[in-house]
Amino acid sequence: MIELTGIWRTYTMGSRPLHAVRDVSLRIGPGEHVALIGPSGSGKSTLLHLLGCLDRPTAGAFLFEGREVGALDEEERSKLRRHRIGFVFQFFHLLPRLDAQGNVELPMLFAGVSRAERRERAARALAAVGLAARASHRPDQLSGGERQRVAIARAVVMGPSLLLADEPTGNLDRASSQEVMALLESMNRDGLTLVVVTHDAEIASRARRVVRLADGEIVSDAPSSRAEPLPGG
Amino acid sequence: MAFLDLLRFVVAALRGHRLRTVLSVSGVAIGIAAVVALTALGEGARRYVTREFMSLGSNLVIVLPGKVETTGGSPPFGGVVHDLTLEDYRAILTRVPGVRDAAPLAVASEEIRFGDRARSVPVLGTTANFASVRRIRVAAGRFLGSEDPDAGGNEMVLGTKVADELFGSESALGRVVRVGPYRFRVVGVLAPRGRGLGFDFDDLVFVPARTAMRMFNRSSLFRVLVEVRDPGEMESVKKAVTALMSERHRVDDVTVITQDAMVAAFSSIMNALTLALAGIASVSLAVAGVGIMNVMLVSVTERRAEIGLLKAVGVTDRQVLAAFLTEAVVLSATGGAVGMALAAAAIAAFTRVYPTFPAVPPAWAVAAAAAMSLLVGTVFGVWPARRATRLDPIAALARR
Repeated sequence: MIELTGIWRTYTMGSRPLHAVRDVSLRIGPGEHVALIGPSGSGKSTLLHLLGCLDRPTAGAFLFEGREVGALDEEERSKLRRHRIGFVFQFFHLLPRLDAQGNVELPMLFAGVSRAERRERAARALAAVGLAARASHRPDQLSGGERQRVAIARAVVMGPSLLLADEPTGNLDRASSQEVMALLESMNRDGLTLVVVTHDAEIASRARRVVRLADGEIVSDAPSSRAEPLPGG
Repeated sequence: MAFLDLLRFVVAALRGHRLRTVLSVSGVAIGIAAVVALTALGEGARRYVTREFMSLGSNLVIVLPGKVETTGGSPPFGGVVHDLTLEDYRAILTRVPGVRDAAPLAVASEEIRFGDRARSVPVLGTTANFASVRRIRVAAGRFLGSEDPDAGGNEMVLGTKVADELFGSESALGRVVRVGPYRFRVVGVLAPRGRGLGFDFDDLVFVPARTAMRMFNRSSLFRVLVEVRDPGEMESVKKAVTALMSERHRVDDVTVITQDAMVAAFSSIMNALTLALAGIASVSLAVAGVGIMNVMLVSVTERRAEIGLLKAVGVTDRQVLAAFLTEAVVLSATGGAVGMALAAAAIAAFTRVYPTFPAVPPAWAVAAAAAMSLLVGTVFGVWPARRATRLDPIAALARR
């Protein structure tokens, strides 16, 4: 579903070009669980933003579900994010003034989903992450793990095919991390393609495939040592 | 996205910053209140003046000596001003068709005495006709007796305040009042009337025209007031009076004005004044607009993470622009509504204190204020909203 060919992302810092991603080619199939790892500044976050269509490659071809993303304008890329891609961030990014229900409804609000349908779908998404009882709590009344689960509910409520997680457990304690990863993995088992950026070796080892970056280049791309076999073989 | 949903989202965002919202709303409210209240005062002044002119008595043509505009060169060759005499008055009254009545008017300020009390008041010399031309009512006694401008005599009619000041609770009728070497017998006291354009009808006295001119040592009248039989004859009477005066003076040296013209002139002056007030008040509205812009810029900066998130969940740039623009317009429109309410309260309080002053905001000012309150939000909201759309979501999402 994702096909990167010869992708470059170059920033200009002062007069010198800075290659955050250099000549990356990568294919990710539907239903995969991929961990992007590497030291700080290795380009893993930039790659994630490229995958999420928040950023555009300087050079190279990026096919998302068969469509060339580089050819889409801002509005079309926004719609692609809206319907096909979910994001989970290290700092959750819930709106503090909205309760859990309101935060999950947010993507649907701007997508023009009717009020009644928003309510119903958000309630279902919250139930799926085990937070049905916390729907009317505001973020400051929720624990870190709960906040991230609300964020996950928000990320999947539009029914995307790809979920991008940028250090999803970076701000959580161990128990919450386990919970959040288990939740993401169960969604992956249900067919959602999952790409996780992390520098936590243990989190990375839970993925079936680990892509290691350094200086903007892929230095290794291998099945995880602890990977379970793919369902059905 | 439904507009109502957008509005709900925006209102929730504004409620998140209550103090900031209240302050920027009050900025606009003060501006709008200033526009509406000041134009109400200006319009009130216009109506007040118009009403005063109307109270002169309708169908009034006023003749005054001299030309209002500049004519001719040096004095020997033109610009000679003849006196407007009692004979002129008599000619107007008897020879101009369409005239129902007319009254001469000579004016000077004199000190009048009774016993050891003295009071400096305007002394108006006229005839009995004045009572009908200016709708004069007397409270005691009668008005001047003779319609003959040459009759002279020593009758005097007092304004109610003059009577009070000189005689207190005693009756003024039949008393003898002195003006310099002249002695007058009081024959009447006016009913209270209040101010009427330039004259306080409670604080003046009337004496016969001929006597007044001799006493003032003047050869020219101040005015001749002509009451026209029918409003449709105003122009023809005006022309006839001008022609008659030209004939009598051998030169066109009087000014004939109709009340309509005076009302129109004053009305346009007052309208200009009202506009000027509105202009001044608009400045405060512009300041309020800058306030909104400031608040919105702060809001955009503060909510970088939110904007980044909105973009990440697929909100288009156009929707982000709409959201922030709506936020600015909601701020200014709320300010507009509050401002109108403030102005209404202020006007109500004002008219309670000055019940005779017709302070009503003109419809155009209310409409303009409403439009301006929307416009302020739009104009001053565009730039901050555009900044929000240009925000880089990646940088915004990288921080907490």
